[in-house]
Amino acid sequence: MAPAPGPDQLLQMHAAMVRVRRFEERARELYQAGRIPGFIHLSVGQEGVAVGVCSALRRDDYVLSTHRGHGHLIAKGGSLRGLMAELYGRATGCCKGKGGSMHIADASVGYLGANGVLTAGCVLAPGVGLSIQMRKTDQVVVALFGDGAANRGPFHEGVNLAALWRAPVVFVCENNFWASTTSHEQSTAGGSVAARAAGYGIPGVTVDGNDVLATYAAVEEAVARARQGRGPTLIEARTARLLGHFEGDPQSYRPKAETEAARRGDPVARFSAHLRKARLLDDTQARRVAQAVEAEVQDAVDFAEASPWPEPHAALEDLFVHYPWRD
Amino acid sequence: MPVLDFGDALNLALREEMRRDSRVYCIGEDIVLGVPFGVTKGLAEEFGPDRVRNAPISEAAIVGAAMGSAMTGLVPVVDMHFADFVTCAMDEVANQIAKSRYMFGGQIACPLTLRMPYGIGRSAGGHHSNSVEAWFVNIPGLKVCIPSTPADARGLLKSAIRDPDPVLVFEHRALYRVTGEVAEAETLVPLGAADVKRDGSDVTVIATARMVGESLRAAGQLAEEGISVEVVDPRSLVPLDRDTLAASVRRTHRVVIAEEGPMRGSVGGWLAWAITEDSFDELDAPIARVAGPNIPIPFSPPLEAFATPGAEQVAGAVRQVLE
Repeated sequence: MAPAPGPDQLLQMHAAMVRVRRFEERARELYQAGRIPGFIHLSVGQEGVAVGVCSALRRDDYVLSTHRGHGHLIAKGGSLRGLMAELYGRATGCCKGKGGSMHIADASVGYLGANGVLTAGCVLAPGVGLSIQMRKTDQVVVALFGDGAANRGPFHEGVNLAALWRAPVVFVCENNFWASTTSHEQSTAGGSVAARAAGYGIPGVTVDGNDVLATYAAVEEAVARARQGRGPTLIEARTARLLGHFEGDPQSYRPKAETEAARRGDPVARFSAHLRKARLLDDTQARRVAQAVEAEVQDAVDFAEASPWPEPHAALEDLFVHYPWRD
Repeated sequence: MPVLDFGDALNLALREEMRRDSRVYCIGEDIVLGVPFGVTKGLAEEFGPDRVRNAPISEAAIVGAAMGSAMTGLVPVVDMHFADFVTCAMDEVANQIAKSRYMFGGQIACPLTLRMPYGIGRSAGGHHSNSVEAWFVNIPGLKVCIPSTPADARGLLKSAIRDPDPVLVFEHRALYRVTGEVAEAETLVPLGAADVKRDGSDVTVIATARMVGESLRAAGQLAEEGISVEVVDPRSLVPLDRDTLAASVRRTHRVVIAEEGPMRGSVGGWLAWAITEDSFDELDAPIARVAGPNIPIPFSPPLEAFATPGAEQVAGAVRQVLE
């Protein structure tokens, strides 16, 4: 097992969680203020998974993300400016305004795309793993997906293929116990996603996704295994959504007690408390982190606000690398 | 010039491209033995099981994995086994492969080839016989080609593999054992270049895949009646060589479009629009179309024959536009 993260890395992880949280909170405000078009799915409450996973990765490792992917991109080191401008639909967005919240990508940090289709990443992952094997590098790819996505066929096809190929893939189910408005209980036979790993002969690990260090440790072990050529791992990181499925979701389907319990388990507060207890963080430092993050997020908002809309005609660009013909 | 059949010409193209570029690999069900059409036969012996990858019956994972590998540096060639089965990977093709480069603002390319064995014949029935190329012509982000001869099959597949974008190659099952001359030297057929398969002056027949041969047969019969038919094969549907089609229409002023797939919502309907837009003033008669009936492909031989358009229908349509 890899050594536990040292103080510097712990503080970096803390800052990353605060960064994700503040970005999402600002995105929420800006969405409510009508600055962000379309739909956004916020990951408030799931920062422990995003940061726990991405802290165990190198910059050249790959991530396949979900419709709730802002946090994954931020934790992987993606540009806040590019992300916010993309949510705004501006020409300077990471996808030039063509993708939006559900289809963000940042190839420069190995973030191979959020996805509007659940489970889609689970079948891309074995191929990314194959590419790593054939190029003979020691990269890994993490496919993130939700508990709802674990009930689609391609999840099983993808895990089976990755296991057959012993591909350097880590499947991370971010189980927030709600598939939109349908509960985990109502949708997932057997009650456990991790248990499904047994059917494919690979390790299945259940971890408290609101414990960023536990998540980090589980992913670190799976990543080491993958880098050594020992094949994929399926991790189920149990977490909670503190907000609705999409911003504006009234969550009438959700018992109050469950929402309150989720709030009490807030992973950011929990990790802060842990660091304070370990005397790695005090009020002054926490304030400094909050201020620095605030400035970064504000810079991203300012950048997005000042950015131009795409030229309408740019809608015709980027479809093909090479297409000189008219249709 | 050596004579090869269509399947062997495709095999040659795969072999040449895999020798040229170590990033190229094949993936699909039963491709090591090359079952059922023999196109990938013998490749595993030369290139090994890593580059000729037998996959489980998992269409979504096969196509999805091909995409994941294409996004990160490989050049996959997927054997769809039967094009009909692409429905099991339709999200991967229609939502992921076709859209990723666009939605990501051009950051990530997806250079992959989907080989699509398709088409009617030998009482294969409703799940193994369909002409589904029109589905993909309707999905922006995919290139689509559809060869009719061994030489074109080789040249188009090679171009598809070298193309930086996703390309579907429709290979009609009934053509696999059709023979033709294939150049000794490496020859590419560019995407977006139609080919005039027979010169004529009275009527242009625009036909794809199996219907090219049927149209040439019809043209031979009609020549005996003193009717001169030009047969044009678009070869690639996306991109489409509208200039070559328009040039032919300027010579003949009458057009028949022949395809095997169902009449409704078809490639032919779209080609008819393109010709109307480019060449309306040149037309001396309404465009006529030959296509399959709007039914699933039935099993029993007489029923299947009913659903199979051929030379007779093409000849009938040619006479119709000359009336």
